[in-house]
Amino acid sequence: MSHEPKALGGRIFTRTFCICMFVVAIAGYFVVKRLVFGIGSVTNLNDGYPWGIWISYDVVVGTAFACGGYVMALMVYIMNRGEYHPLVRPALLASMFGYTLAGVSVFLDIGRYLNVYNLYLPWQMNFHSVMFEVAMCIGTYILVLWLEFTPAFVEKWGLKNFGKKLNKVIFAIIALGVLLPTMHQSSLGTMMLMAGYKLNPLWHTIALPLLFLLTAVFMGFAMVIFEATISSRVYELGDETSILSRIGRIMVYVLGFYLVIRFQNIFMRGLMDEAFSGSFLGNMFLLENLMLIIGLVILAYPNYRNNPRLLFIAATAILIGGSLYRFNTYIIGFDPGTGWKYFPSIGEQMITYGLIAFEIAMYTLFVKIFPVFSVQASTESNN
Amino acid sequence: MKRRDFIKGAAGGLALLTLDSKLVDARMVEALPPDALGILYDSTLCVGCNACMPACKKANSMNPEMTGDQELWDNPQDLSASTLNIIKRFSSGSGEHKDQEEDGYAFIKRQCLHCVDPSCVTACPVSALTKDKDTGIVAYNKDACIGCRYCQVACPYNIPKFEWDDPYPEIVKCELCSHLIAKGDISACCSACPTGASLFGPVTKLRDETRRRLQMEPGKRYKFPVSSIDSGKWHEFEAPEYERHVYGRDELGGTQVMYMSAVPFERFGLPGFPKESFVSMASGIQYAIYKGMVYPLVVLAGLIFMANKHKNSDETEQSASSHDQGEDA
Repeated sequence: MSHEPKALGGRIFTRTFCICMFVVAIAGYFVVKRLVFGIGSVTNLNDGYPWGIWISYDVVVGTAFACGGYVMALMVYIMNRGEYHPLVRPALLASMFGYTLAGVSVFLDIGRYLNVYNLYLPWQMNFHSVMFEVAMCIGTYILVLWLEFTPAFVEKWGLKNFGKKLNKVIFAIIALGVLLPTMHQSSLGTMMLMAGYKLNPLWHTIALPLLFLLTAVFMGFAMVIFEATISSRVYELGDETSILSRIGRIMVYVLGFYLVIRFQNIFMRGLMDEAFSGSFLGNMFLLENLMLIIGLVILAYPNYRNNPRLLFIAATAILIGGSLYRFNTYIIGFDPGTGWKYFPSIGEQMITYGLIAFEIAMYTLFVKIFPVFSVQASTESNN
Repeated sequence: MKRRDFIKGAAGGLALLTLDSKLVDARMVEALPPDALGILYDSTLCVGCNACMPACKKANSMNPEMTGDQELWDNPQDLSASTLNIIKRFSSGSGEHKDQEEDGYAFIKRQCLHCVDPSCVTACPVSALTKDKDTGIVAYNKDACIGCRYCQVACPYNIPKFEWDDPYPEIVKCELCSHLIAKGDISACCSACPTGASLFGPVTKLRDETRRRLQMEPGKRYKFPVSSIDSGKWHEFEAPEYERHVYGRDELGGTQVMYMSAVPFERFGLPGFPKESFVSMASGIQYAIYKGMVYPLVVLAGLIFMANKHKNSDETEQSASSHDQGEDA
């Protein structure tokens, strides 16, 4: 089995690609509308719920989905677990687009986008602001992800000299690529501490940064399993279950640690009654953790996690559970009082769907053009 | 060995995150600026004439908000992107008696309270919201603002509003008429108030005034200053039976706009808050982790070391494998 990734080639305008681009076109209409007539013309956002799905899905959940590149870089380059090397580049590709489109979404979401340069003026920077740190980290990390993926461009276009230069500094880029997500993923949790009483105590805790970091890690792993399972089916890359189930084993520890902290925190603050009270928010809390426990149970038993179907179900359950945790923290458990309501409008949803569709389309495009997957010998002979 | 040390360090960092009480001390609640200016709003003096509302709109060039069927006059329902100041009414039962909790009614003025330790100022990534070092006025700079709306999420009183229907919107909030104060004038709402319910002045003097009012004997007649505490003008009224609490004296570290009332403040939808601000809690953690960027840089150094070390082993492995392939060909 060779470690050398290869471009898959093949037809670009597949049905999936065309459907995705169609969704992107609809989203494009709403983007134009938003830019011309203002945020209020497209969204249901209001002064009570200033952040909607563009922030909670595209940024907060989306970047956790895009943590595959972060955790795989951590495993392979920092912990020196070379056996996972074939999974790094596909994970980086997905992370690259996940983060880039989170950036696009933020750009659409912030009202005064032309003023963004103020973030880089030393006399305007507010180092006390969690938002400042998150904005700087995510902005820099998008660049770092493209640099981490650059070896694929180098191989494709045969840029040997540039490749050599890049090779000399890539270890520093990789180190940044591990530090930055650690910083901003935990800070995404710290961010909601400031919401104070507006966030339900089931989610408002001083442990928010730690919980957000842990969700980022296990959601990153779960996304690697999720994506690898789908692409190995779609592109007939051969069976990767053995390597994926080993990732599943690592996740057991992360998830277990997370759940212990999550429930200990709720218990110590005397909120167990509220969690099991049958109220809507109590049920959301239970649902979020139920999904994670389902994933944990499947992954904990070697028999289960070695079954590709169950492994995929576990990864999906964990992705849903982790997303629910983040949605609950940013929107569902958030209540500013005084009767404000929020549910995303069609236009708002369409822009989010458009970003997801664009991500999928670009992923399918890139794996065909650039060397991403390490194709196994058996499938190579089929081509 | 090195790797184990690194993991230990990382675990230590995480443990740090879970210690609550000590971290909160890492940042103290901010203190009141020496020449802080503010407003004392006394609900018992307010007659609900709403004179302060058009005065505010005029002083700040805000558009009227017509609601309902009429298109003749300004009648906003709540604070909004074109209303910085509003008088609202609490009413219960038959709503007959002023300043009475049962079967009564009372007025409240809503506006930016100009917190001593404002969440919005800490939240803003680009220092578009700032607290004046001398006057303590929380001001907004639209040339810096990127429109992220974190101030809206962070404000415990839901004060900053956003121009949702503007293609290039601004955050809007009361700035205590700082443009008038710069000319030696006072906030427009206080100039307009005929009864002295909205009273402008230095916060220290206003705090003294709240103490004086709390010591008044209900039913006896006292002098109440009008417009500004230093104006020398006054009215004489019978002292009401005040709630034994000044809203904004201690809430989340205190505010420069304060309320007095004869009706419990929860009745106006004003939440009860601890003395400590949410800001100090949140940035306590930020301070502990990011102070001088020491922890991040140490971690980065560790990561670079590990990545570099493994890059070398990776390279030898790779060159070996490509060598193998060369032989195969």
